[in-house]
Amino acid sequence: MGNSVIEINQMSKSYELGGETVKALQEVSLQINEGDFLSIIGPSGSGKSTFMNMIGCLDKPDSGEYLLDGKKVNNMKDHELAAIRNVKIGFIFQNFNLLNKLTALENVELPLVYRGLSAKERREKAINSLERVGLGERIHHMPTQLSGGQQQRVAIARALAGDPPVLLADEPTGALDSKTSKELLQMLKELNKRGQTIVIITHDLEVAKETNRIVRIHDGQLYENGGDWFEPSRIYQNGTQEYQEQ
Amino acid sequence: MNLVESIKMALKSIKSNKIRAILTMLGIIIGVASVITLVGVGQGSSQSVTDEIGSLGTNLITLSVNDTESVQLKDDHILEFQELNGISEVAPVVTGRINAKNQDNTAQVSITGTTPSYLTVRNLTLSQGRFITDMDDVLRQKVVVLGSTTSETLFPYENPVGRSVQIEGVSFQVVGVLDSVGTSLGTSGDNVMIAPLSTTQRITQSTAIGTVYFQAESEDYVNRAMFQVQGVLTTLFPNSSDYYSVSSQEDLMETMTSVSDTMTLMLGGIASISLLVGGIGIMNIMLVSVSERTKEIGIRKAIGANRKSILLQFLIEAVVLSTLGGFIGVVIGLGVSKLMEVFSSITISYSPFVALLAFLFSLLIGIVFGVFPANKASKLNPIQALRQE
Repeated sequence: MGNSVIEINQMSKSYELGGETVKALQEVSLQINEGDFLSIIGPSGSGKSTFMNMIGCLDKPDSGEYLLDGKKVNNMKDHELAAIRNVKIGFIFQNFNLLNKLTALENVELPLVYRGLSAKERREKAINSLERVGLGERIHHMPTQLSGGQQQRVAIARALAGDPPVLLADEPTGALDSKTSKELLQMLKELNKRGQTIVIITHDLEVAKETNRIVRIHDGQLYENGGDWFEPSRIYQNGTQEYQEQ
Repeated sequence: MNLVESIKMALKSIKSNKIRAILTMLGIIIGVASVITLVGVGQGSSQSVTDEIGSLGTNLITLSVNDTESVQLKDDHILEFQELNGISEVAPVVTGRINAKNQDNTAQVSITGTTPSYLTVRNLTLSQGRFITDMDDVLRQKVVVLGSTTSETLFPYENPVGRSVQIEGVSFQVVGVLDSVGTSLGTSGDNVMIAPLSTTQRITQSTAIGTVYFQAESEDYVNRAMFQVQGVLTTLFPNSSDYYSVSSQEDLMETMTSVSDTMTLMLGGIASISLLVGGIGIMNIMLVSVSERTKEIGIRKAIGANRKSILLQFLIEAVVLSTLGGFIGVVIGLGVSKLMEVFSSITISYSPFVALLAFLFSLLIGIVFGVFPANKASKLNPIQALRQE
C-alpha cells in the first residue's frame, strides 16, 4: 500500500428536500491509497451521489475533514475548489458530458485551458492523452461522429489529460452496452496497473467486481469488508433488483 | 485562462448559432447606423447653415431698423458711416414688394433699393450685364438687376439684358442678371430685383432705410466697427437703442449653430434609444443562452472552470456580439450617409468622432447588458447544472 491520496474523516452532509432534512452522509470515514482501484456501490438514494460530489470537490461537507492529495479541502472557497478539481480530479461521467460543439481534441484540451497552459503544451498533452485511450486517429472528430464507447474514451482522455492523482468515474458504463462496458473497464484496469488511482461510483455489482476494493454505501453510511473478501449475495441482490427496476 | 482564449471561445460559440447572433446584433447594427446617419444629417445641416452664413462674408455687419419712424436714416447719415475707420463698404437698403411684368409674364418679387457697394458687401456676382452704378442712383435711372429666378420667370425664352420690364406700371431697363445664390435660411435669394436706392424709394413710396450693410476691412475689425456704428447711432438717435440692432454674421452663426446643435442632439438621442433597445436584446438572448447551456456550464465547472472564467466567457460573448454589431453598424451608417448624400440634396457631414463614439457605446452596452447574464451563469451550482439535460 502506498500513500493515501484521499483521507476522509467523520464527514457529514445533509440537505433539505421538500421541507425534510435528509442526512445524506453520516460521519463517514474513508481512506484511499495511491494506486487503489476502488468502487463505491449503492442503490439510488443511498447517499452515493452526495459522496461522489464530496470526493469530486463539487460540494462542501457540513462537518468532517477531507484531505485530497495532502491538501485540506473541506474549508476551501469556491474558486479554490475549482482549481483543485482542475488539478486533482479527473471526472468521467455516465453521459460522457462532452461539449458537442467542440472536437475531441478541444474537449480534451478544455481542463488544460482552465489550467492556463500554453496552446502548444495543451495540444501536446491532449494528443498524448487521446493516444493513450486509442483515439489518436480521431482527434478532430466531433463527439456526435463518435460511438458511445469512443465518446467515453474521449472523456477518459479528458480526465487523464491533466495527470490528476485521482480519476473519479460516475457510472462510467451506465450508457454503454455490455461489450463496450467490458472494454472500458479493461482500459481502466490497464490505467490502474500503471499506477493511476481510480474511484468508480456505481450501482452495478458487475462493474464493482472488476475493482480491487469495494465500498458499499447505504443510508449515508459506508461499509467495507476489507481486502478482496466480500459478501456478494446481499449486494448482488440489491444490485439486480435495482437494475430490474430501471 | 487568458483573454485571447476567451475571445476565441466566444467567437466559436457565436459561429455555432449564426442566425441568432445576426438577429441579436441587428438591434445594435440599426442603433449604431442610425446614430451615425442622423447625427451626420444634423451636423451636415449645421455645417451648411454655417457655410451659407459664411459665404455672405464674415466681415458683414448688419444694422436693422425695427422702427423706421423713430430712426429715420438719411443719405447724410450714411455718409457719416462711410467715414468710420475700419469700414470699407456701406450699403443702405430699402426693400419693398412689387409686381413686375414683362408682357404676359408677371412676378411678385421683393425689390431691393441700394448702392453699388451692395454687390461687394453681399458677395454677389453677375451672370451677365452690369450692376447698378453711382450714376444710376444720382440720376434716378430706371434700371434694374434681376435675380436669377426673377429673370427666368419674366424672360423665360430670351436674354433679359437690354429689355424692359414694367414695375408698378413704370418701365425699367434690365441691365444685369445675378448669379444664383440658392436658398438661404429658408428664403430664396434669387427671387429678387435690385434697383438704385433713389429709384426704389420713389417706386415704393417709402424713404425709410430699413437695413444698412457694412463691410469691415477685415474680420479682426468686426467688433470695433460694430462698436463705432453703434456709437454713431447713439449720437444720431439718442435713447432709441430699442429701435435698431447691430449684429455681425458671427452672432447669427452662433444662433443658427446652437439651433442645429440642439437638433443634432435630439436626433442622436433618439437613435441612442434604439441602441439601448439593442442592448436589451443582447441581454435577453444571453439569458436564453445561459439557460440553454446550463449543462455546458456544469461540465466546465466540474473540470475546473472557476466563476471568473465562466463570467468572462459569457461577458465576452455579449461584448463580441455588441462590438461586431457596432462595427457593422458603423459601416452601414457611413454607407447610408454616403447614399443619402448622392441621392438627395441633404448635406451630410461625416464625423469619425461620432462613429468612434457610437462604436464605443456599443461596446459599453455589451458590457452593461452582458454582466447580468454572465453573472447568472457564473453563479450556477455545478451539481445542479450537471443534472440539467
